[in-house]
Amino acid sequence: MKKLITLTVNDTEYEVAVAPNRTLTQVLREDLNLLGTKEGCGVGDCGACTVVLDGKPVNSCLVLAVQADGSRIKTIEGVAHGDSLHPVQETFVELGAIQCGFCTPGMILSATSLLEKNPHPTEQEVRQALSGNLCRCTGYQKIVEAVQEASRRMKG
Amino acid sequence: MKAYNVINTRLPRVDARAKATGDARYTADLSMPNMLYGAMLQSPLAHAKILNIDVTAAKKLPGVRDVVTWKEAGLVKYGVSPARYDEQVFCSDKVRYVGDEIAAVAAVDLETAMEAVSLIKVDYEELPVLLDIESAMAEGAIAIHEDFPGNVSAEVHQEFGNFEEALKECDIVRTDRFTNKRQDGGFLEPQACLAQYDLNGNLTLWSSTQSVHYVQRSIAMVLGLPVGKVRVVKPYVGGGFGPKAAVNAMEIAACLMSKRTGRPVKMLFSREQVFLHSRARHQFFHEFTTGVKKDGTIMALHNTCYLDGGAYSSFGIATIYYAGSLLGAPYRLPNMKYDGYRIYTNKPTCGAQRGHGGVAARAGWEQQLDTIAAELNMDPVEFRLKNMMKTGDVTCNDFNMSSLGMQECLEGVRDGSNWAAKKGKLPRGKGIGVACGFFVSGAGYPIYRSETFHSTATIRLTEDGGGVNLYTASAEIGQGSDTILGQIAAEALGVSLDDVMVHSGDTDFGVDLGAYSSRQTLMSGHAVKMAAEDTKRQVLEALSEQLGVTVGDMDIAGGVVIFKKGKPDFSRLRTLYIKEHRGWEDQPSGAELTFREAARVAFITRGVIIGNGAYKPGELGGKYKGAAVGTSPAYGCSAQVVEVTVDEQTGKVTIDAMTDAHDCGFAINRTNVEGQMQGSLSMGLGEALFEEVRFDAKGRVANASLGEYRIPTALDMPNVKTVIIESDEPNGPFGAKEVGEGAIMPTIPAILNAIYDAVGVRINELPVTSERLFAAMKEKQKK
Repeated sequence: MKKLITLTVNDTEYEVAVAPNRTLTQVLREDLNLLGTKEGCGVGDCGACTVVLDGKPVNSCLVLAVQADGSRIKTIEGVAHGDSLHPVQETFVELGAIQCGFCTPGMILSATSLLEKNPHPTEQEVRQALSGNLCRCTGYQKIVEAVQEASRRMKG
Repeated sequence: MKAYNVINTRLPRVDARAKATGDARYTADLSMPNMLYGAMLQSPLAHAKILNIDVTAAKKLPGVRDVVTWKEAGLVKYGVSPARYDEQVFCSDKVRYVGDEIAAVAAVDLETAMEAVSLIKVDYEELPVLLDIESAMAEGAIAIHEDFPGNVSAEVHQEFGNFEEALKECDIVRTDRFTNKRQDGGFLEPQACLAQYDLNGNLTLWSSTQSVHYVQRSIAMVLGLPVGKVRVVKPYVGGGFGPKAAVNAMEIAACLMSKRTGRPVKMLFSREQVFLHSRARHQFFHEFTTGVKKDGTIMALHNTCYLDGGAYSSFGIATIYYAGSLLGAPYRLPNMKYDGYRIYTNKPTCGAQRGHGGVAARAGWEQQLDTIAAELNMDPVEFRLKNMMKTGDVTCNDFNMSSLGMQECLEGVRDGSNWAAKKGKLPRGKGIGVACGFFVSGAGYPIYRSETFHSTATIRLTEDGGGVNLYTASAEIGQGSDTILGQIAAEALGVSLDDVMVHSGDTDFGVDLGAYSSRQTLMSGHAVKMAAEDTKRQVLEALSEQLGVTVGDMDIAGGVVIFKKGKPDFSRLRTLYIKEHRGWEDQPSGAELTFREAARVAFITRGVIIGNGAYKPGELGGKYKGAAVGTSPAYGCSAQVVEVTVDEQTGKVTIDAMTDAHDCGFAINRTNVEGQMQGSLSMGLGEALFEEVRFDAKGRVANASLGEYRIPTALDMPNVKTVIIESDEPNGPFGAKEVGEGAIMPTIPAILNAIYDAVGVRINELPVTSERLFAAMKEKQKK
């Protein structure tokens, strides 16, 4: 039986009727057509589906949509303000932190979430915060550098 | 060095904004009206006869639109190398590994399709399961493929020079063994596809692939369609690394079911299916016998290799050759003998993965060379420098090192890592190690025998002159080829990268063999450069007619026309352009005639300006059997120094620092080159320390998830000091050659050599887990 839930995604409120076994990833992608959230494993190993749920980065494939009823969610589509990229997106673009891009949305959400809690993280803190987001392409270095540079730019 | 405007820079990737904002569409993001979802039945058994397949119940399930088995798909054999077409879309007589495809269902939604799959009843007669090389090669072992008794899928015997004779001159002769483990590609995006067969009999497949061309040909052949009726499109791809380079059964099944139902069919691999499909790195069992003179001159190598191939051939025929041929450089090696055996086993099929065929060989041999250097009491860097090839050298197996900055790489990492201050001087438990490697810059021949161009490119200018559309069938899979090719087009045409719109990964855009063998920059780059030069010539010819200036006295650079012998009066052309664009705000102005105005003149006088380029390698070396694998127009090379800490209480290895130098000929995009180097090192680190696909006694993958199959995280990788070496490759566009695959070569042996330096043990089996290293240290203490 479907249940009617309310999700506030990127500041827009949605009412969705969802079957209880559907994950938040599925509802975001299939019902709300927010395709920027990626699914790489479906079991919480890779972090590609990371979204920010009530202020915390979570693997949306491990959250049932009904569990998220009433919560505020930020997906990659909600990170930029119109045409103006978030500093983390800017530095990801400029510093070569993106290759295939499949981990990028989740990586950026983990990174922005870190910087909100800890505006000036050390390299080790950045690595720790991103350790649940797998990337097979970059070797992480340029990602870490991009987060640190974004932190510097956000100081001002 | 010539000054460039667009290349040799750090321009951001052309796809970076789309990927940073979530706008980039991958195959799984696509959908179409009236679309069906497909699912596959895959064998739960590793080896069994199929007695009967009953699809009655599946067909009856409401919502099911199609169920197909070999009866519908036919028995056409396909694969990678035509000499080893040993796959069928669906098994008919037997299954050969856990995951072998038996049937597929298309239904109104994925849940229904999966439920229908579970209703298909298959009767099996179990056969002996052969899970390793020993049992597959044992006397009387059942043949996994009837045509290959003894389960030898391929065998290679080569000798260059005379190994036995050369040994007589050697003072040190060592034999060592080495084995890696079966690796998984570990790309973040599982394979996905969407097939649409339309009312006119045209088939379009969107797929997460590294080669639209090979997939197009395979699908046309298997489904009996003309190649011209099959279009394959590659949306953004979330990494490939080799396993996505060949067609897969899911792609063909989706096409077949779309053809039969007249509706689009979408199919996706789960992460577990990625592991089952595999086509990733083989397990190699190497034995190296190497002879060296006491002055340190390397004289001879006999390399014997057994490859655990899995159930089918895939790229394995190339793999077995590469496992021998890729030791021909970068050291002068006058005598090299190779015996290779690729063995069928009842496991998922292995194929190509970054550093195809050469990674384990390189790891084992570089470790042995380190051992020999120690026996000679020579510094490992000095020993390598002594034997190093130089630009212009030709290997004993006829590879022409038309550029080779190997010495510069080695000196770069020696100096960059402060080797002299560290080697032999680090405290116990800390170590430093070095290794080198090289790789092809594109396979010299296609995977099927053909006179085809390897890459074509077309440039079409927009009618207003303001836009440059580049069309190429090359495959952007994350490595950055769209950016590199866009930069090459912009530089060769004389415009900025912003003016170029790159359209790639579509068989409608031409022929390109795709993203494998580290080939896109050199091969597609050549085609794109030719297309841009052709376009420029046409624009200048049109301009010449208008201005009376000879073509040779003009050029285009930085978005404007350069008049080498004084500027003519072009006010008539400018007035024309401005009149034609009344109301526009960005009219051309200033003292220079812009590319936009020139291209507009060319359109007005000649129609749409289209420039073409097509590339295939020239004459390559090697007349012996197997020379087609390893010969290339150019070779990239690299050296690496790794520093480690070994916890002697636990055997845990921490990689403290990596210094890497790669000769990419000429860096079209310096940021991308570094990204390829760092990514390669990360994959090498994973294979060295953690990665191993494991099986249970019935041939089921025991760790088919990214939780249990561990790839490096941000906490495992150190920062890499990258040194870019540019040797100006004569056979490369603007002097460029590869970086994407070759950079992985030195990583594993540099780690192994550093571990030896730290704790004095040689590990000859990967991965170097804490347990394995701890046991080796204990063993050494006993002695």
